[in-house]
Amino acid sequence: MASILGRLTSRFAAEPDGRDRRVSVGPQAAESDGSIELRGLTRNFGDDDILKGIDLTIPDGQFVALLGRSGSGKSTLLRAIAGLDHNVPGSGLLRVPERTSMVFQDSRLLPWQRVLPNVLYGQPRSRRRHGIDLLAEVGLAGREKSWPKGLSGGEQQRVALARALAGEPQLLLADEPFGALDALTRIKMHALLRTLVQAHRPTVLLVTHDVDEAISLAQRVLVLQSGRIGRDLIIDLPEDRNPAQPAFQRTRHDLLAALGVDAAAPQPVP
Amino acid sequence: MTTLLPRSRVRAPAPKHSGTDDQRQGFVARPARKQLGRRREVPFGRLLGVALLLAFWSIGAHLGWFDPRKLSAPWTIVSTGWDLLVNGALFDNTVVSLRRAGIGIAAGVFLGTVLAVLAGLSRLGEATVDGLVQLKRSIPTLGLIPLLILWLGIGEGFKVIIITLGVLVSIYVPTHAALIGIDRRLVELSEIQDVSRVSFIRNVVLPGSLPGWFLGLRLAVTGAWLSLIVVESVNATDGLGKMMQNAQYYGQSDVIMVGLLVYAVFGLTADSLIRIAERKVLSWRQSLVD
Repeated sequence: MASILGRLTSRFAAEPDGRDRRVSVGPQAAESDGSIELRGLTRNFGDDDILKGIDLTIPDGQFVALLGRSGSGKSTLLRAIAGLDHNVPGSGLLRVPERTSMVFQDSRLLPWQRVLPNVLYGQPRSRRRHGIDLLAEVGLAGREKSWPKGLSGGEQQRVALARALAGEPQLLLADEPFGALDALTRIKMHALLRTLVQAHRPTVLLVTHDVDEAISLAQRVLVLQSGRIGRDLIIDLPEDRNPAQPAFQRTRHDLLAALGVDAAAPQPVP
Repeated sequence: MTTLLPRSRVRAPAPKHSGTDDQRQGFVARPARKQLGRRREVPFGRLLGVALLLAFWSIGAHLGWFDPRKLSAPWTIVSTGWDLLVNGALFDNTVVSLRRAGIGIAAGVFLGTVLAVLAGLSRLGEATVDGLVQLKRSIPTLGLIPLLILWLGIGEGFKVIIITLGVLVSIYVPTHAALIGIDRRLVELSEIQDVSRVSFIRNVVLPGSLPGWFLGLRLAVTGAWLSLIVVESVNATDGLGKMMQNAQYYGQSDVIMVGLLVYAVFGLTADSLIRIAERKVLSWRQSLVD
């Protein structure tokens, strides 16, 4: 417990294993710059190298989806960027914006607090008005006093999105945020996320295993293959994307191939 | 009635709608399903056993089955209780006992909570406190009585300290367990939200450990009554335990019964009050709608 608490305050301090972790804080960080930069980032658990030297630059405001099979290291990468991988050995350079927030697969609402205090968790009390506005923005106007348990899974995730945006993040990290939702709710949440990102303009790094979700939301898709970035694809599609478009299908096959599932592409029988 | 489907595959409406079955061509009435689970609760069910025991006791006392020196009749206990209340003996002894229990519970709850928070929140605190409390836990509190009498004499101090020690351990164990069992995912969330340590403790650690604390409180109150009975029977000049002890010498089973009744009333009252407080404070656990 003590170490857990210690982490809370030592987030920007030198990591105990001596690995080079640079977080851009203070005056040298250009205000409103949500860009991130990774140079030779490695992380290993035991003898396994999970990340094998990742070089990556994401410019300010870009919406990037990160695909990968399970075990490819995509969660490890996201947690490294978030600074949540305490005591995981590794090396490399990491530059991330000061204001970084994250949405998890589970909403992680504090069950003993109502919706509004949950949105404002970690914000100064003066941001109350802002919290109410954000709730309206995610479609939960008037639900400030609801208990998290009284909300559906989709609604809980909306609250989590509002909470992630409450600190006006320059970088929004999302770890399969819609993975636990049903298909219909997921479609609604895609639209909501698109709207929110357009309104707040953070840089987004979305981890997902859903190729269609990646193509329909992101401007750029990365495929992680056993600890390295195996594919880095700019999605050059119109704003109103749908899986019926031939260009969408081509990108889909391309990405599925990179994920090693060629068989998923329906081939005409010769 | 024509049957369109094999009987076993038909899901007909529940029996209360069976009056309309004749109009529902093609459906068969389904015989009422045997209920294997427990049936509906008997109203005031828990009192039934008590009432039966009272009835047996009254009849037995009336017919002279029991020696009155060993077991008085229920009505004797009521009149003795009234006499003791009128002459002030019951009131005085109850106040003395309640005061002992009250001070012991308050001190034990305070110390137990502080120690649990110390051990739960800091590794140094855990290293210092936890071992000691676990050591204390393995020694029955009542086993310390001879040593404490040797150190402190047989005054109020020793009685209150015995109660305090028992309460302390009852509060400490579940509170400490709840504190170190805080959901790791909420810890991560707090790190991402960049909250201060104080805010983290106030918003996550303490609310998360409250259920454990309340459990400890209920165990503590029960334990405090137990310690109270023992310390007052071992060495005391007043208090409910002493009153009952004296009654034992003089063969007054009715006075013993009155004492037991008072213990039961206060025990039940304390437990109910804690439950009510718990339900209020932890209302988030059950609310499904706002």
